[in-house]
Amino acid sequence: MGNTAKMMYDLRLYIFGRTDKAESAVRSLERICSKYLENSCTFEVIDLAESPERAQLDCILATPTLIRRQPTPESRIIGDLSRTADVLAFLDIDPKK
Amino acid sequence: MAAKTNSERHKESGVAKAPTGINGLDEITGGGLPRNRATLVCGGPGCGKTLLSMEFIIRGITDSDESGAFISFDESRQDLAENVQSLGFDIEAMTESKQLNIITIPFPPQVAGEIGSYDLGGLIATIAHGIDSVGARRVVIDGIDAIFSFFGNESTIRRELKKLIDWLKEKKVSALLTCERGEGRMLVTRHGIEEYISDCVILLDQRIVDQVSVRRLKIMKYRGSLHGSNEYPFLVTKKGISIFPVTSTMLDYTVSKERVSTGIEDLDAMLSGKGYFKGSSILVSGTAGSGKSSVAAHFAASVCRDNKKCVYFAFEEPAAQIIRNMNSIGLDLSPYADSGLLKFHARRPTEYGAEMHLLTILDTINDFKPEAVIFDPISNLTDVAIVADVKAMFTRILNHLKNHGITSLSTNLIHGAGDPMATEIGISSVMDTWILLKITEWEERKKRSIDIVKSRGMAHADRVHGFTISDKGIVFNV
Repeated sequence: MGNTAKMMYDLRLYIFGRTDKAESAVRSLERICSKYLENSCTFEVIDLAESPERAQLDCILATPTLIRRQPTPESRIIGDLSRTADVLAFLDIDPKK
Repeated sequence: MAAKTNSERHKESGVAKAPTGINGLDEITGGGLPRNRATLVCGGPGCGKTLLSMEFIIRGITDSDESGAFISFDESRQDLAENVQSLGFDIEAMTESKQLNIITIPFPPQVAGEIGSYDLGGLIATIAHGIDSVGARRVVIDGIDAIFSFFGNESTIRRELKKLIDWLKEKKVSALLTCERGEGRMLVTRHGIEEYISDCVILLDQRIVDQVSVRRLKIMKYRGSLHGSNEYPFLVTKKGISIFPVTSTMLDYTVSKERVSTGIEDLDAMLSGKGYFKGSSILVSGTAGSGKSSVAAHFAASVCRDNKKCVYFAFEEPAAQIIRNMNSIGLDLSPYADSGLLKFHARRPTEYGAEMHLLTILDTINDFKPEAVIFDPISNLTDVAIVADVKAMFTRILNHLKNHGITSLSTNLIHGAGDPMATEIGISSVMDTWILLKITEWEERKKRSIDIVKSRGMAHADRVHGFTISDKGIVFNV
């Protein structure tokens, strides 16, 4: 699989309003990025309450939706990201590294 | 002069309604769909739910000046536009002028997993944006049950759907959602979502009867409003959906005192000197060759001479033959046919099946708006359906005509052997005027007679009169 710390991660998190669940998802993601991805992660939060046209453009139905754009292949999960281990698995991050 | 409509009768219900403009639907619902609430339209594939929901939006724009958003999970924008364009509406113009917004939500990319709880915020964002872009007062979500196939957790989706409905109420839009019909008799929808739509549920059905496709609409629920509990047959015509309303069984039409000439001076004389009552129903019975169609044609000609419109529904002979036959008795119908005052609709009942046939009749009448209608002969209608059904539907048509002040004349063939007073479909009781024609051979000559069996509300001759039919038309014997 290679050294994940050297790979650039490009993530996008779609939320609908700054609700508690949305905030908690943002915080989970921030934590994961700082703890496991150091400086090789960019992530963008898109609030559909402010930019609703993005929902149709990017095919978002459920929120929160996390899209991993890099590394490819692009893939997505939905939910408040409350289970860190599962998020890491989705991002192909081996926590023991 | 027109009867009270269902809308007027149901104004007391207190539920504000959004008129649909769909032929017959506003009558059945007492004014339209519940305003600022959600209506569910449910049915199998091809039953007409997308068309109905499209008409709700389009006619909301054209008739009620209310912008609309049409959100579809199923069809592409191209297909939708084409379907509605064929109804004669300019989708592009409406979109351009920001009255109409058509949004297609494609199948979303596969989700690799669900981590924690989620809601349908993305869907709501799209709907909100769709509504706000045009200031929509109406919104359609076509194929809402698609969301169950996008996500694994059925109870989460049900909960979210309920939130969506509540959100739509707060948004103050009249919403129409369509979904597929479930299997089995208990559930209306596959996922039981009719529970969450508390205000109005409409079921569309399509089945094959006598090798003809028959469509029916039923209002399962309409909170706060009276509604008919019947199944209403409907057609999909080139102008959209056309529903056969049932108001016509109410006996509350106002009766006119105005008279119309029969077209035969001597017959007018038999009817207290003035002719038929306008908006009444006339039955002309007799055996073959007794002159029924001639009496009918005289009436048609009289209506047209008065510069009024008449529809001649011919169930046995083509128009050209009728015109030719009438020419031989000195009655020239062709100038009226050419000028458009006289419209022939010649179809054998077997061509469609009785129910479709009767719906087409109603559609033609609503479209053409005649003063008088002729059915020649109604005895043929029983060829294709059981008598009870034909009688029921034909009675409704007659009542519908009375409600609109349209005079109708029906001819009925009596078979020689039977009781001349009995008609095939027992329809004489709903007729206001009943004329019986007889023809007997006597010393190698034909003796014709005309008898007015009844004519409600007027003094009429109670003698039988003899008459002849020659190239001068129907002339009574002195």
